[in-house]
Amino acid sequence: MNSFEIITQILRIAAPYLFAAAGGVIAERSGIISLTLEGYMLGGAFAAVVGTFYTGSPTIGVLCGIGGGMVLALIHAISCIRYRADQVIVGIAINLFAIGITRFFLKLLFGSSSNSPRVAGFASGYANPLLWLGLLATPVVAFLLFRTTFGLRVRATGEKPEAAASVGVSVHRVQYTAVVLSGALAALGGVYLALDQHQFTDQMTAGRGFIAVAAVIFGRWSPLRAGAACLLFAAAETAQIHLQGNHVVASQFIEMIPYVLTIVALAGVVGRAIAPSALGRAET
Amino acid sequence: MKPERREKIEEALFAPLVAILIAFVAGDILMLSFNQSPFVVWRLLLEGSWGNAYGFGQVLYKATTLSFTGMAVAFAYRAGLFNIGGEGQLAAGGLAAALVGFALPVGFPAILAILLGCLGAAAAGGVVGAVPGYLRVRFGAHEVITTIMLNFVVLALLNWFIATKLRVPETLHTPEIHAGAIPRLSAILPAFHGSAANLSVIAVIITAVAMWYYMFRTRGGYELRAVGLQPDAAEYGGISVRRVLFSAMTISGVIAGLGGINFVLGYKYYYEDGFAGGTGFLGIAVALVGRNNPFGILIAALFFATLSQGGLALNAFVPKQMVDVLQGVVIIAIAASVPEVQRILLGARKRLVDKPLSESAAAPTQPPAAAV
Repeated sequence: MNSFEIITQILRIAAPYLFAAAGGVIAERSGIISLTLEGYMLGGAFAAVVGTFYTGSPTIGVLCGIGGGMVLALIHAISCIRYRADQVIVGIAINLFAIGITRFFLKLLFGSSSNSPRVAGFASGYANPLLWLGLLATPVVAFLLFRTTFGLRVRATGEKPEAAASVGVSVHRVQYTAVVLSGALAALGGVYLALDQHQFTDQMTAGRGFIAVAAVIFGRWSPLRAGAACLLFAAAETAQIHLQGNHVVASQFIEMIPYVLTIVALAGVVGRAIAPSALGRAET
Repeated sequence: MKPERREKIEEALFAPLVAILIAFVAGDILMLSFNQSPFVVWRLLLEGSWGNAYGFGQVLYKATTLSFTGMAVAFAYRAGLFNIGGEGQLAAGGLAAALVGFALPVGFPAILAILLGCLGAAAAGGVVGAVPGYLRVRFGAHEVITTIMLNFVVLALLNWFIATKLRVPETLHTPEIHAGAIPRLSAILPAFHGSAANLSVIAVIITAVAMWYYMFRTRGGYELRAVGLQPDAAEYGGISVRRVLFSAMTISGVIAGLGGINFVLGYKYYYEDGFAGGTGFLGIAVALVGRNNPFGILIAALFFATLSQGGLALNAFVPKQMVDVLQGVVIIAIAASVPEVQRILLGARKRLVDKPLSESAAAPTQPPAAAV
């Protein structure tokens, strides 16, 4: 296998992380904790397969997937912003809910408790437009956050909501927009997975949303650094796939890399990770 | 009844009731989407769980682990900490219990073996809990993220250990333990025959009573709650916040780890990879519905266990996956309704207090209304 193929493989593994991490950065920068990425991805993956199955068009599937993620994100946003529910608890609940609702409808629509029938999808590798979108996701979010008025409002809301409100920014509207946008982005990560594999399987996101959370924190809430973290984690996974069989390092230890790095980053051993200051308190 | 006490009870009961009501409506919608009568399906759910000794035994069994993980979450929460690491702590406790069971020779005195097994489970959970506790007090690393990340690390470690060191070939579980098996309830009450319920329920009740006593009747529990309510004030009052946070996280891990005995020592007699299966996460829901009170948690655990067991009974009519949906709905609904209910109750009380005052101002001859 040459280096070009290895890079291709890294990018294919990284694409779902890049989408979800891009979403996670936006939501967290607006002050809403994003433990929900896993749920958005799963919901997006399922909705995309349902949409593709009934229309035969993967493009409509993509739109359905985005819609699915946005609906879950809206539930999260309403609970946290309108009802001031605990963001961590609702986040965990959204993930459980996404697992449940996709299982239920998998049974209802396809009569299976494990996977959907095969659907149309995209060609794999560089022919897949979603791969390119994924590579663009974090730069676009970086542009949005640091070069637009909306981005300025998002950052102000996440750091000093009172100050943002005092200059006439509608804190709640900014947060709703940011969270729903994060749902759409993270969902695309799930859509990518489902249309790449041409089907939905129960819990197919398998913790990828949490790897994206890890990337957001390891990237210290900066979209580009989070994107770099995604690529790093994907490279580790690629290495694991290639090392399999020769027992240099057990695969479980490579699986741990993103999580251990995140803990190390939070503990501040190298480059302390500091969260947006109003993260987690939707009070204003 | 004292007014403050009534207010507390109102606050504690309203939110869970609202949440359960919302879950009922959501369940009705799901059932109707399957063209089934909600009445029939709910009855099936109850019959399959509380309607016979086997079903009830299964409810008790499931509620046992959930109570442990729920109390673990609540213990940390009372100190203002969020322990989302129950999943890893529970699994580590289970493995430790199994290891103790291997280390002991066949024929080791049963009571002693069980106690040693419990001790092993508690210690392992405590170690896993102590790590985020230490990271929090030493480096200020937020425990929500560290516990989530540690779950993945611990589960991968356990998976590696089982897969490379100690499994029965072709499976993902260890061989059976030599000593320390906890007797089944069916050994005492034959009606429970076939169900997994075992005497771990006694450990749950002891833990709940001990937790209640510690929390509300000892100095340590007072300090813990003080830190949870107002860490700055507690520090000013001479409490070492760091020490309290560290020990709260460790003890929280101990409680979650202890939950491992139910599956390993009470049911299967071996450790199996992935046995925690989300029970650690569901503990958050149990603590939330139980309002972080040990006895409330026992009731909440029974509720979630009933859902889970009852789901199996209605599978022929509505997919059992409905239960997964309902769990999510209950948690979202209760998390959203707790602050809302508090606001509504506060508003209602204000109006009740204000009104008699204005009335008595208008008609001074009337005696003021009794205290609300």
